[in-house]
Parts: sequence; structure tokens; C-alpha cells
Amino acid sequence: MDPSKFKYSKTHEWVNAEDDTATIGITEYAQSELGEIVFVELPEIGISFSKGDAFGTIESYKTVSDLITPISGEVVEINAELAESPEFVNESPYEKGWMIKLKMTKLAELDELMTAQQYENAPKEH
Amino acid sequence: MNVDKTIFEYSSPGRVGVTLPDLDVPEVGVDTLVGPENLRDDLPLPELSQTDVIRHFTRLSLANYSVDRGFYPLGSCTMKYNPKINEEVASLSGFANMHPFQDDSLAQGTLAAMYATQEYIKGITGFDAVTLQPAAGAQGEYTALMVFKRHHEKIGQGHRRIVIVPDSSHGTNPATATRCGYGIVKIESGQDGRVDLSALADALNDEVAAVMLTNPNTLGLFESEIAEICELVHKAGALIYCDGANMNAVMGWYRPADSGFDAMHLNLHKTFSTPHGGGGPGSGPVAVKDFLAPYLPVPNVALKDKLYYLDYDRPDSIGRVHGCYGNTAIALRACAYILTMGAKGLKEVSDNAVLNANYLLSRLNDAYEVPFDCRCMHEFVASASRQKALGVKALDIAKRLIDFGYHPPTIYFPLIVAEALMIEPTETESIETLDEFIEAMLTIARESQTNPDVLQSAPHNTPVRRLDEATAARKPVLRYVDD
Amino acid sequence: MPYIPNTDDDQRRMLESIGASGIEELFEQIPADVRLQGDLDLPSPMSEIELRRHFANLADKNASTDRFACFLGAGIYDHYIPSTVAAVLGRSEFYTSYTPYQPEISQGTLQSIFEFQTLICQLTGMEVANASLYDGATGVAEAAIMASSVTKRQQWLVSECVNPAYRETLRTYAWATGYELTEAPRDGVASDLSKLKGRIGEETACVIVQNPNFFGSIEDLGEIESMAHEKGALLVVSFDPISLGLLKPPGEYNADIVVGEGQSLGLPMAFGGPLLGLFACKQQYMRQMPGRIVGATTDTEGKPGYVLTLQTREQHIRREKATSNICTNQGLCALAATVYLSTLGKTGLRQVAELCMQKAHYLADQIDGIDGCKLLSNRPFFKEFAIKCPAPVSEINGRLREAGLIGGLDLGRFYPELADCMLLCVTEKRTRDEMDRLAEALKQ
Repeated sequence: MDPSKFKYSKTHEWVNAEDDTATIGITEYAQSELGEIVFVELPEIGISFSKGDAFGTIESYKTVSDLITPISGEVVEINAELAESPEFVNESPYEKGWMIKLKMTKLAELDELMTAQQYENAPKEH
Repeated sequence: MNVDKTIFEYSSPGRVGVTLPDLDVPEVGVDTLVGPENLRDDLPLPELSQTDVIRHFTRLSLANYSVDRGFYPLGSCTMKYNPKINEEVASLSGFANMHPFQDDSLAQGTLAAMYATQEYIKGITGFDAVTLQPAAGAQGEYTALMVFKRHHEKIGQGHRRIVIVPDSSHGTNPATATRCGYGIVKIESGQDGRVDLSALADALNDEVAAVMLTNPNTLGLFESEIAEICELVHKAGALIYCDGANMNAVMGWYRPADSGFDAMHLNLHKTFSTPHGGGGPGSGPVAVKDFLAPYLPVPNVALKDKLYYLDYDRPDSIGRVHGCYGNTAIALRACAYILTMGAKGLKEVSDNAVLNANYLLSRLNDAYEVPFDCRCMHEFVASASRQKALGVKALDIAKRLIDFGYHPPTIYFPLIVAEALMIEPTETESIETLDEFIEAMLTIARESQTNPDVLQSAPHNTPVRRLDEATAARKPVLRYVDD
Repeated sequence: MPYIPNTDDDQRRMLESIGASGIEELFEQIPADVRLQGDLDLPSPMSEIELRRHFANLADKNASTDRFACFLGAGIYDHYIPSTVAAVLGRSEFYTSYTPYQPEISQGTLQSIFEFQTLICQLTGMEVANASLYDGATGVAEAAIMASSVTKRQQWLVSECVNPAYRETLRTYAWATGYELTEAPRDGVASDLSKLKGRIGEETACVIVQNPNFFGSIEDLGEIESMAHEKGALLVVSFDPISLGLLKPPGEYNADIVVGEGQSLGLPMAFGGPLLGLFACKQQYMRQMPGRIVGATTDTEGKPGYVLTLQTREQHIRREKATSNICTNQGLCALAATVYLSTLGKTGLRQVAELCMQKAHYLADQIDGIDGCKLLSNRPFFKEFAIKCPAPVSEINGRLREAGLIGGLDLGRFYPELADCMLLCVTEKRTRDEMDRLAEALKQ
């Protein structure tokens, strides 16, 4: 796990692509802006998403936000531990706080995402 | 003072808090009456003496802040004084101990008061027909949108699927529209915090069923172009709804029906001083123009040949929205209030609500940022943005006000103002109370520069300190479990 | 004006500070063309003495239970309210506060709601309860909407033995939200199980029944539960909280969502409002629940305390995607129920339930032998039962009124095929003498 090798979206999700599988989570910046995460709602395995779709929601105790997939694909695994321990997203956004794994259907979409360096330098919007 | 143990921890087997009469008919075994398969084995309720019950709830009451204890400038909630005579008359046994399904002829007193309340609301708002059935403001909104929907179905406009709300609207507006099957289009407020006419014009089309507007709006500003707004909406074939949460600001000055609104709701617990009860019961009557009257919920209170009756013969009605006729005992309180105040008195209510708010505004706008700094109506929205630069949030200011003996203003709303502090003094507060509050606010503004820690750690003398809301939501514990 | 402290002098000082010439100037935002010309059309103001007299006169025009013994039920009941309830509800620390947005100064309200939620769970055998809804009727509608969001199904099936006012409310909500409502017929005074079963399909979100049902009869919940769950529908049960002093609670029948009218728990009938919507469900559906919910937590010093929780479900955060548009609930009414259940407790509630059931059966026995009167069914019932009358119900009720009694509900109003049938209710407040008078009046 090396976040410097991940790809990033403007909506503050990260993608770690290995072969045709993409692991997705939210960035350190996103978790710090949201504050203490109290609930993460994730999709069922087998559902397909297109890039830009909301695949779930993330809640702090006073806000709720959509989780946006930066990449198209079918859900092959979800981080079931988040149901019991949503705080993993705060404590370890790039490892224990991962959310879903997609079997990618459009690998070329990866090239449209930012590198860690680009994300670091990009202006941050909420 | 410490927070009390739960009622369950006082329980001791064999105690009971009230005596009941002995059975005065021949006893038959309950097994025989309904069969053992229908009976429960255990009833795990607590067992307490009457002393325990009264002491427990008395102690709990002392952990509450209330209007009767002090100033409660909770913006948009209108925490005004609740006159005691209203409690007294609404609790008269003749009203309280009466079954809702007995013959109309046996309920003439209550029906007369309900009918009168409907008439008074018509007078105050300028509308033509009123229902008292909605149990709260949000249900009033819902009822009104249902009335719109039924009207559109009747005139062949059922395809209209969109409701427009401004970005400053209360959360119940979009939530209610969704409940009515409508999609939501949000329009951004203009620079002056009011509806941007061109943004509204752009959003209107023949898919739009309704526009929901609060007037005065949630920033405490009157929509000065309201007549133009209503005209624009009507030209597009849509209807316009007034969220009447802020009617307390304009009584005797302005009637929403006169400016072109098609329907509105009122919060009796705001404008007409009925108690908020720790979160209800409220009451949200809906008033509409003539052409919408046939769609109001069934039954409605009507008068014929000097006899008040519940009118069920309403074939175009949306139907029922309540098991009976709404929060009738709350309507009685509002009726008593209106009768006490009269036309002049209600105008004085609005005069002084607006005067008090402008006074606070004029004294606080040096120390606090006021995003829409102009004359306000009955409330205004300040922002802690300057203080936030020093590490002090609206939340901290709110908590520090508790140390000074006040209930904090509304924070987190409206959403379009960062670090909002929404302040509504109401007309029932004196200049002395306002001056003391101003002093506290100014002290806090100074503290944010000199001693932010004391704000960030506030409140200091409450039964509990700041509570861990994140853990409460992560690992919900929603009932007491004996361990 | 007693509720407006500002004097002319106060007003002058305030206007000076504001820099306004007069109050009129503060209302300049309201354009002249939409301003009200002249005064509001309202009666002249009344003093406290006049107001008290006016309302006393109105109250006297009502037939209250002070003057009549009430045998009318049908969802609103004349149960006894222990003196503790008024003593607690009269405390203005409770009734003049608002929704507990600031937990540090609202622990009284928050803890009492937490206790309310616990008591409702204990009573119903369910895992989680909310802080209350408006009433039983809208509670049923909220339950149906919630069932649709849980199951992603579009149809609601309701038994004809559910309170007609609840079904009418359900119909209104179904139309507004765009869900489809079907009614399942009755067989006598209970749900027709085979027809009910036949109407549960793959698109049925919930099966809604009431127990004891509108006729007072006990339904076969075990049977209904397996029918609903077999097809993946949720079981929604509307209950009478007093009956749960004796009867097996809906939780033990594996109900998914339970709803009840809580008026019986310490609220006066008050011509039907304010009422109290009781709402509980299985833990797994917690996040789909409508309304306010209170949870336990700790403060920065580790002290236990209570907060409003799971707020992201609600309209002020989730706006158009909220689980419900409800904002204000029936806070003070929930407090009444909390005090009521604490006062009666385990033995008291059981005793109330038993008095109701014993006395109702006594009255039924007295009536069943009368010429022209007949119980509609021999099915087990709790505190209400339906009879066939020898004359139109309005005529019978007129006769009862002369004997100082308020008779039962005319069932023909809601079930045209049940003309001349009356639904009678007996609570613990009714005496043998009152019941004998009722039986006597029926004999004439």
C-alpha cells in the first residue's frame, strides 16, 4: 500500500489498481474535512457502476455525503469491517479504511485520474 | 447537579405507583377468556413507588433549560413565552375528557372553538379556507403539497413533477416534496439573501408543480418582490406555497394571500405561543385560496343552521392526514391567545418581535459578521466567521452562551451561511433581558480573542459537558439494558 | 399587553439605537402594494376573566366523561390517568423547552425520551423505538413507507380489520407517495386469512394488521407472520399498548415494524388530539426509521448522558433524501406515556389490562342474552366487541344518553354491511353499575 502510487479523483476518492481490480477509498484530506465518520453505507457485491455514479454514502454525525466511483466496474468485494468500525476511515484512510473493490470494465479511465502529485497540488473544493 | 439514574435503576419488585379498583364483576381466568397462547409470559416493565416516580422526573426536569427559566433566542423556532391562561382553559375537563367520535351535537363547545380558530386564521392570513388537521408544521407542508397535487390532477396538469425550493429553505421543504412524489430543483439565493428573480424564471417551466417559499425567509428577510414572484410562478402554470414558520413577524402588516400565495401553513407553536413541549405536540393548520378548498383533508369543521359539525361530504378531498382532527387541544390554546390579543395585540406582537430583533442586530453587528447586514424582520443570521479565524466556531460560542445562562441561538442553519448563529429574540423579552444578552455576546467576542480555550471547553457548569455524538452514532445505544 | 414587556420608552430607546425614526420604518421591506390596509378582522380582545368565562361556557356544551360514562372506543380510549402524569407534565421545565438541540441543557428531555424508547421496547418486545410520531394513523403510514424503502417493493397490503381512520390515512399517503395500497377482506370480525394469503405477492412490501383489531378481536398473528415472511414482505402490526399488559407482544410474533396509538398511556381523549404515535422496529432497520431518536453516550469527562442521534436520516441533514419529513414529534405526549408506564409498572399495567378484559367480557355476557342483541362473534377479544342491535345505533345511543351513558360506535359508518351494529368498549374506569345500566337500556 503506497498512496503515492494511487490515482485520485477531484471528489477526493483514491484508486489503487492492481491488474483489472481497483480498490477505492477516500483521501486523508476528505476524511479530515468530514470529521469523525460514524457510518459508511456500501453497495452489494455484483452491482455494476459507471464512472461518476454514487456507490454509497458516508456519514459523520452531522453530515452525509455520496461516495463517487472514479472508475467503472462491478463490485467484487466490500470492506465489511466498516459496518462495525467506521472509524477506520479516519484512522487509516488508505489501508484499513478502504471501501470497495471493483472489477474494472474501462481500464482507460485510470488515465483520466490525477497522480498523487497532481492531487496534492490541485485546488481543494468541498 | 448530577444526571439522574434511569427510571429502571430505581425498580424494585413489588412496588407500584398507583392504586386501582378491585374487580367488581365475577372473575374468570384470563386463560379461559382469550386462551393461554395469546398471553405474554413476562412484562419487563419497571416497578416503582409514587415517590420514586415524582422525584425522578422532577430531577430530570431540573436538567432542562426552558422559556420559563430564561432567554431562549433559538432562531426560526420562536421560543416566546407561553401564557398560562391558555394552558388552563385548554385543560378544562369539558374539553379534555371528551371522546372524538361522539355525536357532533355532544361536542358543540370544542367544534365552536375549532371553527372560530379556522375563521381567525383566515382573517390573519387572508386565505379562504382552513384545516386544523395537520399535527405539525411539516405535516402542514405535506398537506398543502398534496392539495396542490390533487388540484393538478383534477385540471389535467398531473404531469407537473417538480418543486422548486430556495437554497435557504428549511430541510422539511425538500423532504416534504419528495414525500409527495416530486423532484426537487434548488435555486440559489441572490446577493441580498432573497429569491433571485432571474434564477427563478430560469427554473420555471411546465414541469413545475410548485414553488415553496418561506416569507419572511429563513435569513429573517422579507421577500420584497413577492408579488412579482407569485406572478411569475402563476404565469408558468405552477402554484406557490408559503411556509408560514415566520408569520409571527408580519401579523397585521401583511397577509400572504394578498400577495399571491395559493396556500400556507402556520405553526401554532411558533406564531400563536403554544408551548413547544420539548419537541411537540405542535400543530400546523393549512390555509388555502377558494379554488383549493375542496381538496382539504376530510373531515373539516363546518357550520350550518347554528350547528357546528364535522363535514365528511368532501368528495374531492385528499383524504385524512390524521387519526382524528389534528392536535385539537393545541388549537384551543391558539384560539385563547388570539382572543386575548385581538387585532391590535397581534400587530404589537409583530412590531415588537421585529423591534427586538433589529435592536439586537444593531448592537451585535460590530462584534460579529452579519452576512446580510440590513434591517431584519423578527430574526437575523450572524456568522462566527471572524471568530473561526481565531479557532472559535459557532458551536463554541453557542456552548459558551450556556455558561452565561442562555439557550444558544440556532446553529448549522441556514446552510447557506457558514458558522451561522440565527438569533430570534421574540416580542416577549424586555430590553433589560436583551441588554444582558448583548453584554454576554460581546464578552464572548472578546474572549474569542483573549481566551479561546474557555469557549472551546464550554459549557462548564452544566449537568453534563460536551457529549460524544460520534460514538453515539457509531455504536447506537437506544435503550436501557440491565447488565 | 401582558406578554409584551416593551413600554413606549423602551421602544424609543431601541429605535434610537437602531437609528430608525419609528417602528413603521422597520417594516419598509414590505412593499406598500402588498401591505394590509386597515386592521385584522378579529374579535375585540378579552381579559383573563372574560376568556376563562368564554371557554368555561364552551366546555359546558360538550358531553364530557364528567357527566357521562363512556363506552365508546374505536382507537381513542377513556382510560384512567394517574395523578403523577399531570404533576410531571405541568412542570414548565418540560413543556416550555424545545427539541433538545443543545444536549448539555436538555438532559431532562433527552433522558426521558431514552426511557420512553426503552419502555416501548419492553412493552412491544421490539429492539429499537423512536421518540414518537404524530399518532397511530400516521405511524402506520410511516411504517408502510419505511417497509417500501427496506424491501424496495411498491405494494402495501392492509387488512380490513385495521382501524378505518388509519386505512384512510394510509390511502392518502399511498396516493401522495405513489405506492399501491390493497385491502384484504375480513371474515366476520377478523382478517380472512386465506384471502390475505392470496393477496401477498412478490411486490408486497408489507402486510399491515392490527391486534387486537378494530373489532377488538385477537388476530392469528403467528399465521399472518409466516404468510408475510414467506413472500419476503415485512409484517407491520398496529397494537393497543394497554392490551400488552396481558397479551403476547408483537415482537414475540417476529413483527418487523410495530406502531401504536399511545393516547391510552396517560393522555386525555381531548377530542382526538394531541395523540401519540408509538413506533418500534427490528434493530436491522434502525437506520430507515423515521423521526427523532435518542442515544446514550458519555461526555468529555466520561459521565453518561444522552443526545439526539442517527440524525443523518433526518430532513435537516438529508433534506430531499430523508427517511421522513417529520421534524417536531409529540415530545410532551411521549413524556406522559413515560410517566404513565413508570407509575403503573409491571403490576399496574397488567392489572389495568385485566380489569378491562374481565369487565368487557362481563358486559358482553350481559348483552348477549338480551332480546334482539347478539355478539357478532365468539372470537377471543380484549376490551372491545361488536354487537348486533335491535334498532339503529343512533336510536340506541339516544336512549343510552338519557341513562347518562355514551354508547358505542356505529359500525355501519365504516362497514355498510354492518348496519345496526355497534362497537362497544370497556375500560378499567367502567363500573358494574354503569354496565348494568347499559344492558338495562338495551332491553327497552
